[in-house]
Amino acid sequence: MNHIDGNALAGQLSDLFAFDLTSAIGRCVTCGTSGMIGAAMVYVASPGTVARCPHCDAVLATIVETDDRIWLSLAGVTAIEVAKQA
Amino acid sequence: MSDALPPAAARTAWRVGTVVEARPETSSARRLVIDVPDWPGNDAGQHLDVRLTAPDGYQAQRSYSIASSGSGTRIELAVDELPHGEVSPFLVEDVMVGDRLELHGPLGGYFVWMPQAVTHDPRPVQLIAGGSGVVPFLAMVRAHADAGDPTPFRLLYAVREPGDVFYRQELTQLAANGLQLDYVYSRTVPHGWPVPAGRITKDALAGFAIPASDRPRVYICGSTGFVELIAGWLIELGHAAGDIRTERFGGQ
Repeated sequence: MNHIDGNALAGQLSDLFAFDLTSAIGRCVTCGTSGMIGAAMVYVASPGTVARCPHCDAVLATIVETDDRIWLSLAGVTAIEVAKQA
Repeated sequence: MSDALPPAAARTAWRVGTVVEARPETSSARRLVIDVPDWPGNDAGQHLDVRLTAPDGYQAQRSYSIASSGSGTRIELAVDELPHGEVSPFLVEDVMVGDRLELHGPLGGYFVWMPQAVTHDPRPVQLIAGGSGVVPFLAMVRAHADAGDPTPFRLLYAVREPGDVFYRQELTQLAANGLQLDYVYSRTVPHGWPVPAGRITKDALAGFAIPASDRPRVYICGSTGFVELIAGWLIELGHAAGDIRTERFGGQ
């Protein structure tokens, strides 16, 4: 199946976080590789979105959205590093 | 852990903008200038989401790269119409000057370019566009020229035919002022073009891209198939995966 980049999640994630998660660095729980969330492989399929590690293909995050709810799992990503606002 | 984190982007929000300019870009694309009074400015390469709401409440939302950057409240988009799209046919065929649009942005700090004065990174930059994937690069080459930035910039622009080129006149001007600009035509070439039309090859890419030995920072934007092909070849040509940033817009 075709995928896009983690960068494409910026809009959806900005509803949930006070910082831009796509330019944050996260570590994959499965393989330990660190990288920007924007570089994740993102698969968009109704009803949800899955972000996978570009190195080991493990699931980093899932997002499911309905009209009035958002379910977010970041179970596959740890040690998130974010630049402080200047 | 890393010294490459960009500054956190300005807080994003849903905003209402008014279309102040709309003109054809190609036979299937349109350039829109939108005035957004509370726009906080944006970095070169960021995108926004456009949300349309039908009278019955049905909503459709799509992401578009922004062709402009800086602190102004006027933003520019160039939208290519997808034949069965939900949002692009409206933006290309129907929206008129004076219409209001719901916009979410600016979005994304990953696929952005910052001047050397900010990054202190003197390495050259290679931009590679497939079709309408050139839009975020317009923001980058404009910002690069406006800042008088000393970073060497090269743009490889792959299109089907000459009439599909976005911003041709402006790119020609930028190329006369330091931007290294290369076109690859897959279906039809301009009159007198030295090579026949054809899909880009690994050898052609090697000839048009800044060599891996110069450690360029590479940005690729296009359809998923195009980005996969180019990124794969660049790795084979010796570029480090960490030096390549991609923006796929789906499709083949």
